[in-house]
Amino acid sequence: MKLTTLTLAAALIGGAAWAGETAPKDVVFAEGGAVESSLSGAPGDASNGAMIVGSKKHGNCVACHQVSALADVPFHGEIGPSLDGAGDRWTEAELRGLVANAKLTFEGSMMPSFYKVDGYVRPGDAYTGDAAPENLPPLLSAQEIEDVVAFLATLKE
Amino acid sequence: MRFKAMTAIAALVAAPLTVMAGPDDDELVINGEINIVTKTAAPAHLDGALPEIYSGWRFRSDETQALEMDDFENPGMVAVDAAREVWDKVDGSEGKACASCHDAVEDSMVGVRAVYPKWNETAGEVRTLETQINDCRTNRMGAEAWKYTSGGMTAMVALISLQSRGMPVNVAIDGPAQATWEQGKEMYYTRYGQLELSCANCHEDNYGNMIRADHLSQGQINGFPAYRLKNTKLNSVHDRFKGCIRDTRAETFKPGSSEFVALELYVASRGNGLSVEGPSVRN
Ligand code: HEC
Ligand code: HEC
Ligand code: HEC
Repeated sequence: MKLTTLTLAAALIGGAAWAGETAPKDVVFAEGGAVESSLSGAPGDASNGAMIVGSKKHGNCVACHQVSALADVPFHGEIGPSLDGAGDRWTEAELRGLVANAKLTFEGSMMPSFYKVDGYVRPGDAYTGDAAPENLPPLLSAQEIEDVVAFLATLKE
Repeated sequence: MRFKAMTAIAALVAAPLTVMAGPDDDELVINGEINIVTKTAAPAHLDGALPEIYSGWRFRSDETQALEMDDFENPGMVAVDAAREVWDKVDGSEGKACASCHDAVEDSMVGVRAVYPKWNETAGEVRTLETQINDCRTNRMGAEAWKYTSGGMTAMVALISLQSRGMPVNVAIDGPAQATWEQGKEMYYTRYGQLELSCANCHEDNYGNMIRADHLSQGQINGFPAYRLKNTKLNSVHDRFKGCIRDTRAETFKPGSSEFVALELYVASRGNGLSVEGPSVRN
């Protein structure tokens, strides 16, 4: 019921794609970079999150991070710290903020901002080398971020 | 022989390890006679950004390294042999070949690769070898320009590079070239694309580290043109730049563009002191 109301409201405002979703430009980051509530308005699915973290076509987080829980995925990079124990070190809100825009947690971080749509220098259309389309989607959708956060929360030492 | 023995020992010692670290200590001698400097002190203009500079050769596997130690094994030499024939072949309305004006490539082109890109006083711009070659083709031979990254062009650049093998890269960055060099430097540190990654993020801050399955080098261009096992052909510098920028989910620049010429001058200058190596072999 609450969902329906929100959908209606969103439709009226004409912004968000669906119920309870926060658009990239509307995300509120707390001091220190955390994001309190779900970006999609729904809980995350940890097993889909694991897929996103390991897959080259999705988050490709293992390009830079080692994750013991994904030992079956070949070739983990060593650019960032190992994600083992991330669920102990960070709260869910901190993890959400970190994945959405790591630069607000770690200033100048090399880690890409996965829920951001503007402020880029020569943004491209994925890996084609061509210019980005006008409505450039974020690297991960709101629900994909939630799925990744749910997976990271399971990474306990 | 020394190389083979080292490979065997490395295999025994390193077998259980999955992570590689840093550049290795192997020394590159081509055909048993040309000593190649693959590690040396960083040029002063880097101002400590890199403690030492390394050729990309130091970051490749022993198998890939071996292919560059002997020109009979180097798959890039096939294109060089083809370019040797083109050098002597008349083309265009003026009835001339490269050899008509430059005689033997082994004499006239010694040391040329080492100082390019270079300021051209007449044109009032910094020029790459490719631009200079096309200038000779169109303005002096009355022939058609070659496409900037075409196989024929890259092969000719490789033939010319070969004549400087073992000589230190020594591009000028001051005087009239300085503004172009500054532009290239700014590009090197710009975080392009949706992934917001600069050349420096990967090749200055993280050389020696793995990014997924790739062992990051310093992204030096002393070895270009580079024969890549991945696409089984010689690759030009601008081809490589294009690929690296595309991988940041960015809109790339065009090969031969003033932006890539500036970037080439800057990246070449980061390798001042390393030996000209091309055609090199990379994965
Ligand atoms: C291009 C490299 C890169 C990619 C891709 C990347 N990260 Fe990171 N990440 C980093 C770096 C570097 C840090 C360390 C923070 C810093 O110092 O900038 C970091 C830090 C983190 C941290 C905090 C580390 C800790 O536990 O203390 C988490 C969690 C994290 N990343 C998750 C992810 C997830 C999830 C993805 C994919 C959706 C991802 N990263 C993709 C580079 C990357
Ligand atoms: C996301 C990481 C990344 C970024 C950003 C990046 N590169 Fe690369 N680059 C690579 C990888 C991986 C390779 C292949 C392994 C190696 O030699 O480092 C490579 C290779 C190269 C090489 C070939 C080196 C050789 O010895 O054959 C050059 C030159 C190069 N890069 C230049 C650049 C320049 C210039 C930029 C910026 C415009 C850039 N790269 C940005 C990842 C990157
Ligand atoms: C009709 C005479 C002529 C022909 C034919 C000719 N060149 Fe040139 N080339 C010149 C002259 C003259 C210069 C010096 C130009 C200058 O400094 O502005 C030059 C310069 C060059 C340079 C730069 C050398 C340096 O030290 O900076 C290269 C490389 C080059 N030519 C390659 C070629 C190639 C490859 C061909 C054939 C495809 C070719 N040239 C055909 C006359 C010729």
